[in-house]
Amino acid sequence: MTRMMIRGNESIAYAFKLARVQVVPAYPITPSTLVPEKISEFIANGEMKAEFVPVESEHSAMSAAIGASARGVRVGTATASQGLALMHEVLFIASGMRLPIVMGIGNRALSAPINIWCDHQDMMAERDSGWMQFYAESNQEGLDLGIMAFKIAEDNRVLLPAMVGIDAFVLTHTVEPVDMPEQEDVDDFLGEFVPHYVTLDPEKPATLGSFGFPEHYMEFKYGQWIAMNRAKEVIEEVFAEFEKKFGRKYAKVTPEFAEDADILLVTMGSMTSTTREFVKKMREKGKKVGLVKLTVFRPFPKEELREVLKNAKVVAVLERNISFGFGGAVYAELSSALSTLKEKPKVVDFIIGLGGRDITFKSLEEALSVAEKAMNEDVDEVNWIDVNKEAVLKAEGLL
Amino acid sequence: MYEVRFHGRGGQGAVTAANILAIAAVKQGFYAQSFPYFGVERRGAPVQAFTRIDNKRIDLRMNVYNPDAVVVLDPSLMEVVDVTEGLKEGGIIVINTSKKPEEFQLGNYRVATVDATKIAIDHKLGSLAAPIVNTAILGAYAKAVGNVKIDYVIEAIRENAPAKREENALAAKDAYEQTILGW
Repeated sequence: MTRMMIRGNESIAYAFKLARVQVVPAYPITPSTLVPEKISEFIANGEMKAEFVPVESEHSAMSAAIGASARGVRVGTATASQGLALMHEVLFIASGMRLPIVMGIGNRALSAPINIWCDHQDMMAERDSGWMQFYAESNQEGLDLGIMAFKIAEDNRVLLPAMVGIDAFVLTHTVEPVDMPEQEDVDDFLGEFVPHYVTLDPEKPATLGSFGFPEHYMEFKYGQWIAMNRAKEVIEEVFAEFEKKFGRKYAKVTPEFAEDADILLVTMGSMTSTTREFVKKMREKGKKVGLVKLTVFRPFPKEELREVLKNAKVVAVLERNISFGFGGAVYAELSSALSTLKEKPKVVDFIIGLGGRDITFKSLEEALSVAEKAMNEDVDEVNWIDVNKEAVLKAEGLL
Repeated sequence: MYEVRFHGRGGQGAVTAANILAIAAVKQGFYAQSFPYFGVERRGAPVQAFTRIDNKRIDLRMNVYNPDAVVVLDPSLMEVVDVTEGLKEGGIIVINTSKKPEEFQLGNYRVATVDATKIAIDHKLGSLAAPIVNTAILGAYAKAVGNVKIDYVIEAIRENAPAKREENALAAKDAYEQTILGW
């Protein structure tokens, strides 16, 4: 193991190198451009034996990834924001064909207005594409989840593609220490890639991704449903095996300072770090506040969340996405997951840090004060944090 | 936790300086993190980059608002940017300039100066019109701030400078020796 100082984008590139990815079709986009750049460098230096396919769009990148994966080789790519949106229709083909492609996403806002900074709207908009979704808190997590994603995706019980989200700039462009595992240990952990599915092979011709008539289509979808549900246990197994081999612990849901907490702050991605520091400060002040980090969003860890959140009085969901006309996606799913509990905490949604707006202690204080109020009285279901509401209300003719 | 803000112009290497300082800090046994101001970089435009240094793992991912030290790669920036903004009382300002610290009236801060431009030109770093001063200014940082030692800075430069590694290392060493501390 070596400790390296790398950017989040390099974490994804190193994960692909250590996983011995064989084909990387990619189209560069801010903020994830460094991923294909670094991989091209690895290939040019002879450090990585892979075919790099420079395509003319993200739609083509995913199409080429599907073709390569259908041939039965390990495939990785990376994109962000508009690039992921452009892949939209092809994403469903990758998951529908049950191809274990892994993709790094530099989580970035969607236009308009054009914005290159961090939020989770890009991946959330692909929530129903049939891909597994992992969100990294740090560059170390980007690397580790990148490696584990292959093992989970390629498991015979799963065979589904996976996205690993690293927050735009906050991770993609931030240099920090990352413990780099040895190649032989990763080889041992992942094993050689053997496709457990019919592949494109001129010696044994087969048709893949063909027509599905009404009498068959739904069975394919039911298969994906089963696979995504089984992914829950596979993720748990792979996380446990990873911890045994590399010493770093992962969980779909990680509670901290949660046991006696009245208020639990639910976070995803890089905002977890600052929130952890904030929670420590609040604990010093004697406030019963805890943190619940959500690492896996698809499959959604309902059971774990119920267990961790059931004793809290208020669950404050902090999220960098918005489903207009309802609220945040995490809030929607989490509320629905908790609905089966007899005694349930009050769930309050906080839309925060869209388009790279910095999430500071002040933002978190604003959210916490609403959550504290919610302990005793009704508050808005969906709360926008750090927003100049007056300016918007004026512009909308309401003030 | 010690926070540093670098002010430069696009193309001067402020982001690389912030990264190399973080790498040097980690070599010395600290934990460190560095990141650019999350913007759209254009050559010549004012840019910022940041380094956080601590004895323990850094769990902060918000911007740096109150740095302990500020490093100015291009003194002409001081006419357009308030480089002392948010700087902690008694904080350190390291400036690339041929002037002496007492020639600056910046408030209750300790000023350190070094002619990094001349040092960079002497070592043929960059061009005469656009010398690359980021490694020289790190030598000045090591002298003025002192939390990251010059030996680690030089080692980090030798391993990470994008080009002319030896010349860059020597520039840092020269700057370390030529830095003038105010107060």
